[in-house]
Amino acid sequence: MGFFEKLIQGLKRTKEAFSKKLYQLFKGRELNDEFYEELENTLITSDLGVEATEQIIEEFKDECFKQKIRKPEDAKDLLKSIMVDAINYDIDEYSYPLVILVAGVNGVGKTTALGKLAKFFRNKGKSVVLAAADTFRAAASEQLEVWADRAKVRIIKHEEGSDPAAVVFDAIKSAKAKGTDVVLIDTAGRLQNKKNLMNELGKINKVVEREYPEADYRTYIVIDATTGQNALSQVEAFDEIIDMDGIILNKLDGTAKGGVVFAISVEKELPVCFIGVGEGIDDLLEFDAKFFIDELF
Amino acid sequence: MGAFSGLSERLSHIFSKMKNKGKLTELEVKQAMREVRIALLEADVNLSVVKQFVNNVSEKAVGDEILKGLNPSQQVIKVVNEELINIMGGSHSKINIADKPPTIILMCGLQGSGKTTMCGKLAVMLRKQGKNPMLVACDIYRPAAIKQLQVVGKNANVPVFEMGQVNPQKIVKGALKQAEHNNNDVLIVDTAGRLHIDEELMDEISGLKKSFNPHEILLVVDSMTGQDAVNVASKFNEVMDVTGVVLTKLDGDTRGGAALSIRAVTGKPIKFCGIGEKLSDIEIFYPDRMASRILGMGDVLTLIEKAQSAFSEEEALEMQKKMRSNSFTLEDYLAQMEKMKSMGDMSQMISMIPGLAGKLGGKNVDIDEAKIARSKAIIQSMTIKERRNPELIKSSQKKRIAMGSGTSVQDINALLKQFTQTQEMMQKMSNMGKRGMRGMKFPF
Repeated sequence: MGFFEKLIQGLKRTKEAFSKKLYQLFKGRELNDEFYEELENTLITSDLGVEATEQIIEEFKDECFKQKIRKPEDAKDLLKSIMVDAINYDIDEYSYPLVILVAGVNGVGKTTALGKLAKFFRNKGKSVVLAAADTFRAAASEQLEVWADRAKVRIIKHEEGSDPAAVVFDAIKSAKAKGTDVVLIDTAGRLQNKKNLMNELGKINKVVEREYPEADYRTYIVIDATTGQNALSQVEAFDEIIDMDGIILNKLDGTAKGGVVFAISVEKELPVCFIGVGEGIDDLLEFDAKFFIDELF
Repeated sequence: MGAFSGLSERLSHIFSKMKNKGKLTELEVKQAMREVRIALLEADVNLSVVKQFVNNVSEKAVGDEILKGLNPSQQVIKVVNEELINIMGGSHSKINIADKPPTIILMCGLQGSGKTTMCGKLAVMLRKQGKNPMLVACDIYRPAAIKQLQVVGKNANVPVFEMGQVNPQKIVKGALKQAEHNNNDVLIVDTAGRLHIDEELMDEISGLKKSFNPHEILLVVDSMTGQDAVNVASKFNEVMDVTGVVLTKLDGDTRGGAALSIRAVTGKPIKFCGIGEKLSDIEIFYPDRMASRILGMGDVLTLIEKAQSAFSEEEALEMQKKMRSNSFTLEDYLAQMEKMKSMGDMSQMISMIPGLAGKLGGKNVDIDEAKIARSKAIIQSMTIKERRNPELIKSSQKKRIAMGSGTSVQDINALLKQFTQTQEMMQKMSNMGKRGMRGMKFPF
């Protein structure tokens, strides 16, 4: 299955729910108050949050007025382009050696995303080592080991309960020694208001910065598309501890729309880099704002 | 106001606008409810639930029920809070235990909601209640899920039954046999996380329900879930007819609006909450606590509660009468201060009032406390007659009172002046009509 088929299939349910509403919204309608209220409802129920919704609608109204748009069909294209602009970012190409650290709250799918990332870079012909730095959750490293097998990459792991920073240190040392292109770091899930755990993450981050300054280093926060406005608080807290470079938006194969990324974009200007659309090893796709919005409509 | 600002701030901002306005008009309620709507949406309560909620509360707030006992803004908070508790259902529930063991508890939910950890927590809780639970590993899909449950079981000090990656039907059957043999009276069945729209996996889990008739089917939901919570919960409930809901990750900073949504669309009780990573971090669900969390105004609610219990309705009526007949005496003044004292430390009280904490530095508040103590001492050094008729207090009496209370004549003059002002103020207020206690301010 090709990239686009995969995306289309993965987003099918998301699309069904969102698109149906928008279709009904734009079909043979006048752009009146009732229309705007329904548009607002659609965006709110997609988890965009009050502020991002208001901003998008405000801009949409202004543009409709400026461009003298009256037909809903034209308005639809306008709305699409506004929404694309809201979440479209230029992302720097990866250079190697590369280190990617994934972080996030519990249960968002960090380990799974990391397994899929391993395959993603393997497909690019890169060598990969996984660092099992979630030494806290029961059987987390075993879970990552299965993914390492599936993606056919190496894994560095320590005992459960050991120091995660030490795992990262070893993984970097090993990558340097063997000339491995990519180090992928799994970390334990932590709620953003747990100060000690957040500081531990800061420590892991420091090890990477200190031990591997020549590497292209990216930090991604994994967000569950089902999550509501708390994702904003997650981004804020994680970004404060380690400067985040992007988002992996997971679990888009459900009915949730992950609209909170619009809210995040408004507040923090953090780009979505990857989306997770299923449990298979190839179900992680590079994010393309235009294609994403096209698929939603 | 950014989306980051808490609901508490948001609402206290709204309500500070209403402060000291006396009577709530329909327009004011409408305005407030627009803000309440936004606030609830920011707490991730589902839009349709929010709409229904706002309608309910508006009706109650505009009607006669409002404006009795408390000031208007507090009364609105009270109505909003009561309605939240109302929707989230009566008091907490317990695990349904089978008449004839073993009790089967089936866990279900989306990926990453925290089922496996919750299995361990339930096991620990039940073990404390004298049960002998066993965990059953039916997540045959996620890599190392069985291993995770085994580690959890070891930490919880309960046995874990697993058969590897075979059909869950077979696993539960095997577990039942083993349980009989080992005298395990509760089976907690961990299942794979699944999407509510994944028909194949939903069939698998409804098959478990049909074959084994679990006594308890618990839907595990991440408390950070957004608008989609209603879709997930109603689909799981439709397929599984769940007996209850478990909210996880409540130790985070989420407002947890999903709780309200789920309760509203399923009508099923929320039974337990996960409140930390340790296996002992589980508690039963308290609708009132959750309501105050969603509202983000726990402090204000405490204040309302305290005020309500300190001033009973009869006392309020009595006070009103006195005000009308202008028979408010120094005794009443003292009683008032005692009431304030019974509501707790003044500085603590003031810190609970939204908008006021910032205005008054801790220093001022401390001085007020001392002043109250001094005023009390002064009044207590008066004779009963003097308390009832302050005009009897002339300079010689003042000297005696000053001696008795360890204060000065100036202090006594100040107090008497303040009392007269209070008396006048009360007279004015009671002349203004039926407002009664509501707008009453304490002069210290």
